Amino acid sequence: MAYETRFDGRRFDEIRPIQAKAGIIKRAVGSGWFKIGNTEAYAAVYGPREMFPKFKQNPETGVLRCNYNMMPFSSAGERVRPGPSRRSKEIGMVTERALRPVLDLSEFPNAVVDVYIELPQTDAGTRCAGICAASIALADAGIPMKDMVCAISAGKVEDKILVDLNYEEDSHEQGVDIPVAVLHNSKQIALLQMDGEISPEDLRRAIELAKNASDQIYEAQKAALKDKFLLKE
Amino acid sequence: MIEELRNEIISLLSKGVRLDGRAPDEYRPVVIETGVSKNAEGSAKVKIGETEVIAGVKLEIMTPYPDSADQGSLMVNVELFPMSSPEFESGPPDINSIELARITDRGIRESKCIDTKKLCITPGEKAWMVVIDVCTLNDAGNLFDAIALAATAALKSAVYPAYDGEKLDYKKKTSERLPLKGLPVTVTVFKYGDHFVVDPSSEEDKTYDARLTVSVLENGNICSLQKGGDEAVNTEDIFSMIDLARVKSKELRKFM
Repeated sequence: MAYETRFDGRRFDEIRPIQAKAGIIKRAVGSGWFKIGNTEAYAAVYGPREMFPKFKQNPETGVLRCNYNMMPFSSAGERVRPGPSRRSKEIGMVTERALRPVLDLSEFPNAVVDVYIELPQTDAGTRCAGICAASIALADAGIPMKDMVCAISAGKVEDKILVDLNYEEDSHEQGVDIPVAVLHNSKQIALLQMDGEISPEDLRRAIELAKNASDQIYEAQKAALKDKFLLKE
Repeated sequence: MIEELRNEIISLLSKGVRLDGRAPDEYRPVVIETGVSKNAEGSAKVKIGETEVIAGVKLEIMTPYPDSADQGSLMVNVELFPMSSPEFESGPPDINSIELARITDRGIRESKCIDTKKLCITPGEKAWMVVIDVCTLNDAGNLFDAIALAATAALKSAVYPAYDGEKLDYKKKTSERLPLKGLPVTVTVFKYGDHFVVDPSSEEDKTYDARLTVSVLENGNICSLQKGGDEAVNTEDIFSMIDLARVKSKELRKFM
């Protein structure tokens, strides 16, 4: 079957509208908010602070710890039971891996930098939205970073390679979802997951689409941080 | 440290002011926004000053409890996210979030604002269960009132999902609202020395002697109470606190 027009009418290389803000959670050291279509993520950073439990301390460097959570009412289906699940723990872990390559925590031995990601509303692409918000939050917190992390999903629906799948596309029987995190300057990839069947050629095209779209995300992240830190007239 | 802060708060209150310059009975600006989460059946974000919480309502089909076979049910859950304060930790709900959830639950339940009989679909078999989850985004004091306000505002905005008697379709929302009447408004009054204060800031929230959470109905009657804090209070204190809560509840009700 051929997928001619997308469920929401977008071009195949077009991402949903994005919005970003920095510094929205005042108690946190740094915070970010990222919205892409109907998927919305808050991220807050606490630390560097002393790592507990103590056996997880690393005397060589600080440690990044990410926590991903969907609010109980955020899902398109039934209520999500509060508390960690296998899924949310895995996403927390891959989020850490997506962010770690840009961070330099060597000045903070035995410390932890905690990142909390919360989603009030979801329409696929939640781990990517969380990573985009977290990247803003870490920059807002002043954690030493050498790059921004821009994450977006790419994939395939029926015969088409496309970017930024929404829930209908993500849950499509012949849908392939590939979350990708791109380091903006180096264009290296720090998160790559996939489920579904795809040829190596199609995968290459999907990753190219994600890389191209990541520039738009970077611009939104930069604008959010500038908006917070530039002196206003 | 806490003791010094408490002494400073009391010495300011004896001059009629607070750390942030507000009057003792003055709330920070209150903002309520509904429809903030599209997948929930109802939702609301409440800001009181820099305190920010978000509440969502989900409707589920349940088997009625044997002792109330002709009624649906209500559940309130509060999540104190570690995102919202350096003092909150990940993990199962601690006693503070349980108390907040139970105070909010009782305020709504005892106001009888939800007609639980109308939530029944087939007696003994099927009924609606209303689940309200309130999540904190930023704790800058007075979560009690912010959480209760968000819960009721979300409830008020909620609509049923499509249900054909067998299948529930959460993607299709109807325009039918919940069977509600006369929502409660919850005000917590805090006591420092001989002084009474509403809407504490983060600093004030740590240093009070006693607090009383009062849920007030539209006719001025009260439908739930909870005293907190380490100090005992006398009867006259209680009625002063209730009087202040009733006055402030009228102000908060205007935002709903």
